[in-house]
Amino acid sequence: MNIVVCIKQVPDPDIPPAEFKVDEAAKQVVPPPGVAPVISTFDLHAVEAALQLKEQHGGRVTVLSLGGDSVRDALKRALAMGCDAAVHLQDPAFEGGDSYATAVALAAAIRKLGAWDLVLTGRQASDWDSGQVPMALAELLDVPGATPVQKIEVRDGGLVVERVTEDGYQPLEMPLPAVLGISNEINQPRYPTLKGIMAAGRVPIPVWGVADLGLTPEQVGVRGSRLVLERLYVPVRESRCEFIEAETGAEAGEKLALRLREARLI
Amino acid sequence: MASGSVLVIGEPAEGAVAPVTLEVLGVARPLAQQLGVPVAVAVLGQDIEGQAAELIARGADRVYLLADPRLAPYQADAWVPVLAELVRDTGAPIVLLSHTQTGREFGPRLAFRLGTGIITDCADFQLDARGRLRAIKPVYGGNAVAEYTLAGDGVQVASLRPKLHDPAPAVPDHQGEVVRPPVRLDDRQIRTRAGQRVRSALAGPDLENAQRVVAGGRGVGGPENWRLLEELAEAIGAAVGASRAAVDAGWVPGPLQIGLTGAKISPQLYIAVGISGAVQHMAGCQGARTVVAINRDPEANIFKHAHIGVVGNAKEVLPALTRKCRELTGR
Ligand SMILES: Cc1cc2nc3c(=O)[nH]c(=O)nc-3n(C[C@H](O)[C@H](O)[C@H](O)COP(=O)(O)OP(=O)(O)OC[C@H]3O[C@@H](n4cnc5c(N)ncnc54)[C@H](O)[C@@H]3O)c2cc1C
Ligand SMILES: Nc1ncnc2c1ncn2[C@@H]1O[C@H](COP(=O)(O)O)[C@@H](O)[C@H]1O
Repeated sequence: MNIVVCIKQVPDPDIPPAEFKVDEAAKQVVPPPGVAPVISTFDLHAVEAALQLKEQHGGRVTVLSLGGDSVRDALKRALAMGCDAAVHLQDPAFEGGDSYATAVALAAAIRKLGAWDLVLTGRQASDWDSGQVPMALAELLDVPGATPVQKIEVRDGGLVVERVTEDGYQPLEMPLPAVLGISNEINQPRYPTLKGIMAAGRVPIPVWGVADLGLTPEQVGVRGSRLVLERLYVPVRESRCEFIEAETGAEAGEKLALRLREARLI
Repeated sequence: MASGSVLVIGEPAEGAVAPVTLEVLGVARPLAQQLGVPVAVAVLGQDIEGQAAELIARGADRVYLLADPRLAPYQADAWVPVLAELVRDTGAPIVLLSHTQTGREFGPRLAFRLGTGIITDCADFQLDARGRLRAIKPVYGGNAVAEYTLAGDGVQVASLRPKLHDPAPAVPDHQGEVVRPPVRLDDRQIRTRAGQRVRSALAGPDLENAQRVVAGGRGVGGPENWRLLEELAEAIGAAVGASRAAVDAGWVPGPLQIGLTGAKISPQLYIAVGISGAVQHMAGCQGARTVVAINRDPEANIFKHAHIGVVGNAKEVLPALTRKCRELTGR
């Protein structure tokens, strides 16, 4: 099975909220200095899912990422985890694109890769929390899809997947090719091995731009976007926490119970 | 068909109206009023006839009932073409849905099928001077807020984060129209085969609708301590939830996860135990009335969200808290 995984590099989502800054005039996030960007969390689960499918059913895993120079580190890491090939989509025209415009470029790259059976993405990227790329790819490539997915099984040449619901899941059968948005319940992503890291260093990573994909600059980036970012700001949050004072944990527990009763919350 | 309604797409539900649909109706009504157009709700499924009356009583001016066995259980391959045709035929300027796990799937697909865009997981909506939708959406897990409009002047699609808004209140004597458009669906469009939804055996009774919730995180220390939470929950009549760290560690099943990508809750009382208060977790409990935090670290971010805080070790605080609560509640 030939699998394509789309991964996005994002600012580290685990930075303390106090260090989170935006440039309101530029409508951009200002990453704290010295904190390296990371692969968006759900995308690591997508890579892991692809590698497990390859281990069970054979085939190749190609990883795609659209972004600036630093994205090569993300692609190298995915190769080190065990992916076979990587393509970097980079072009000034891609900049500032929303999920849809990004999906237009990714879909063109997937078509250019040729024979593919399955595309995996994360359920949503941890920067803009948009969650549109998997279904945009399904529409653009005109194939069935599902998101958020917590289990994938290959059966009779097609897939049986579990789509996450609020209180459990919904099973869904579909033929290949297909696109799936992956949720964290599906697996625990592996860490790259030393051997993997060494091997990854030797894999060439081609760079494809707008022209390589047969697209025009109007179709991608800000111009190809359907969302217009009008304003970006950090919400003000006033803390008003009343702390329970006590000598011991047990005393605090009792006092808390009394406080909750007093407030008629229990 | 009449044209130009603000169109709400009902969350898949057989029988009664899904509560999240009423939340979307609640925000759609004032938008429609400002635009001077009716508000309509589309319901898709099989056993849906009974939903029309409730939706009209809650202020829907028109209800589209699209009943067909192929529309239940929900699957995007069947829903999207039917919805796209309805939106095109009725000329809705704005289409709204709930950002549930299911809405995350069909919402974007519908928007792209219509050749437009979608603003997902919005906290609120406004109209600008031109009457175009301006959506307020938490981004970066909740660290920032973005305001978006959609490019062009076509139909606008957006999804609303659950549990931030009250359900649409009843409108006394409200009259509405029920329309049953033909469901034109080519079987070749349905490439998938959906099964019935499976409820996870361990999922809390109804975390999302509970009035009290007790949740644990990594600081609970392990699955062997989880019963301390369950005992507290029992003593005060609460549902049990968890942070993603507790779910990822395998201590509890996925449906217990509260947060950006998990359950959205709006209880009167939320007690977070050993949870650091990451923005992505807090995104699931913005609707909680009173937040109580028990955490060992006085600097933990959760205390920036909490109304009442205890700095202490969960293993010491919980047993005493539970004992005293039992005494007070008699449970
Ligand atoms: C895109 C994205 C989506 C996400 N979605 C979600 C989501 O939906 N829900 C969610 O919860 N998270 C989500 N996360 C993860 C989130 O960022 C945090 O990593 C997670 O919430 C941390 O869980 P935690 O608070 O249990 O663990 P930690 O952050 O490790 O915190 C543990 C806390 O326990 C305290 N503690 C330790 N020992 C004790 C003790 N004995 N007694 C009392 N306190 C103790 C510590 O002081 C600490 O504050 C998401 C992340 C991303 C990037
Ligand atoms: N620039 C990108 N390059 C590669 N994949 C991406 C990119 N942006 C988004 N994706 C993929 O699409 C998923 C959902 O992104 P989004 O719809 O933007 O939230 C991500 O988890 C990635 O798997």
